[in-house]
Amino acid sequence: MLKINNLHVKLEEEDKQILKGVDLEVPAGKVHAIMGPNGSGKSTLSYVLSGKDGYEVTEGSATLEGEELLDLDPEERAAAGLFLAFQYPVEIPGVGNMTFLRTAMNSQRKARGEDELSAADFLKLIREKAKSLEIDADMLKRPVNVGFSGGEKKRNEILQMAMLEPKMCILDETDSGLDVDAMKLVAEGVNALRAEGRSFLVITHYQRLLDHIKPDVVHIMADGRIVKSGGPELALEVENNGYHDILAEVA
Amino acid sequence: MALPQAKLDATQARIAQLEMPEGAAWSNAARQDAASRLRAMGLPGPRDEYWRFTRPDALNAPEAPSAAVLDAEVPPLFDDIDRLRIVFRDGEFDAMASDDLSLENLEIERLSDATSKDIHWAKDLYGVLETRGQTPVARPFAAMNTAFATDGVVLRATGKVSKPVSLVYLHENTESDAILHFVIRVEEGADLTVLESGPAAARFNKCMEVEIADRAAFHHVRAQGRDHERLAVTHLFARLGEESTFKSLTLTVNGRLTRNEAVVEVTGDNAIAHIAGAAVGDGDFHHDDTVFITHDAINCESRQVFKKVLRNGAVGAFQGKILVKAGAQKTDGYQISQALLLDEDAQFLAKPELEIYADDVACSHGSTSGAIDEEALFYLRSRGVPSAEAQDLLTLAFLAEAIEEIEDETIADDILSRLEGWLQRHRSA
Repeated sequence: MLKINNLHVKLEEEDKQILKGVDLEVPAGKVHAIMGPNGSGKSTLSYVLSGKDGYEVTEGSATLEGEELLDLDPEERAAAGLFLAFQYPVEIPGVGNMTFLRTAMNSQRKARGEDELSAADFLKLIREKAKSLEIDADMLKRPVNVGFSGGEKKRNEILQMAMLEPKMCILDETDSGLDVDAMKLVAEGVNALRAEGRSFLVITHYQRLLDHIKPDVVHIMADGRIVKSGGPELALEVENNGYHDILAEVA
Repeated sequence: MALPQAKLDATQARIAQLEMPEGAAWSNAARQDAASRLRAMGLPGPRDEYWRFTRPDALNAPEAPSAAVLDAEVPPLFDDIDRLRIVFRDGEFDAMASDDLSLENLEIERLSDATSKDIHWAKDLYGVLETRGQTPVARPFAAMNTAFATDGVVLRATGKVSKPVSLVYLHENTESDAILHFVIRVEEGADLTVLESGPAAARFNKCMEVEIADRAAFHHVRAQGRDHERLAVTHLFARLGEESTFKSLTLTVNGRLTRNEAVVEVTGDNAIAHIAGAAVGDGDFHHDDTVFITHDAINCESRQVFKKVLRNGAVGAFQGKILVKAGAQKTDGYQISQALLLDEDAQFLAKPELEIYADDVACSHGSTSGAIDEEALFYLRSRGVPSAEAQDLLTLAFLAEAIEEIEDETIADDILSRLEGWLQRHRSA
């Protein structure tokens, strides 16, 4: 599904290399996790994949089902099936949550040459999806993320994911700022979306999210590279011993 | 104080081009009085405090600079609204194009008819609110309007008026120089909505005096015409009685020069005055909102919401004042003026002012200018919304707080669709 080869990325504004040759492959239907200490480049990876400004790719490639992502605009990547659940979802005053979602869905459908969803079909769909994430009508009407609690923002991200049905979902520290109940709710939302044709890349600091979203493979990222990959037990090792031992071992 | 010779000459030269219509003794007196006030204050110059942001030269010129008529199919505004249309063509009432001027709970008369009658209710308002509005800030074009207005209508609402009165201003002559004056009285408990639309003339001077009696409501929505080269200087004078409501929104798309002044005097307790403006300009566009709200009663609320979207050398100006007189306790005054600058060539000038002489009031004001929020733009794009559409969505969101002042949803939708049209025509390359 997602193939990252030797990806080198620096900041546009300053001469600072952040990613120093990331190699990663997430096959279709799999859940991969990336863990790593602060500043290792995890969030940068998610932004570069989704097309945020401010980063320069100096080497390497990233393909989604064989299509080079790095040549595409962010909206084209989305239409191709990429989705990033933001660590800090952005508040957009003046734009209603429903309007936003409907515009997004229909933009993607249009880009793929599909028919737009009718207002009635859209309403039916969003009500159904919102219910399972405990998102009420009021939250749907309010401006995007404005006045939402941390948990509401993250649930809203998962709602978008459920509506847009992407092929490749990147979750950037979706567990940050969530209490245990909120995390469970979000994890259930993600698990409900697990499917054969859909892959996940879960970026997290902590193992606890991975108790709820069970990964097939865990990668450890440090200083702009994947330094170790393994099964779910790798996350437990981090939880028990921290990154220090692993980093010392690969150094 | 004697005027500088240059100002005196300019004022004389301008007045020499104007003709004062004749009417009943009271209207002649009001017009003469306004003319002498105009001579005394003189036309504005760049040294006048309230004209620092806007050059009045084109408004001062004896002849109207010619303005091309927009060569485009402009979709009619307010067409889905059941309304009574009163049409002016280059500043002259067009009876054939207008609807029958009769509506329950409403008296409508052409200005020249009303001002020819020896006894008429308009006597108490014509030039009266305008004169009150000259202190402490001189408004020469309003005095000029009272003195030399050639046409207009007077409206008196005596109850709830079932549909809006729609003033339609057509611009067909590239040299037209129009001066229209409107006098509106909304009697106790009455309710009236007035819509205005169209470019009106190459140069347009409009004055509207509105008296809103106790427990009355006046709603006003205006869309200034799309003609790029037109000039407009407008004044809205409103006086509010007890528990009355006044809500006004102006949409301005295009226009080489627009100066909209609003002077609102809240004289009755528990009244509400909201005045808003949304202006979008690209290139040769100068838009100036100058607002003065006086609180002279207890427990009243006023809101000023002015939003501008500017690009490619367009200039926006805002001068807004809240004056709370001694004794106007429990005043709730709010003022916000914001500009969204779509590139580095656009300019926004703002002068918010508060002057408060009562101690138990809540007044707030803010003024900002900035670019499109890049984080929000990326968020929208990452969900699949193409860049241009995402930018439009954020621009409309920026303007929303002003548009929300329109209570009627159909009217608000019309205004929004006009904005959407502008945004689509003016997307960045």
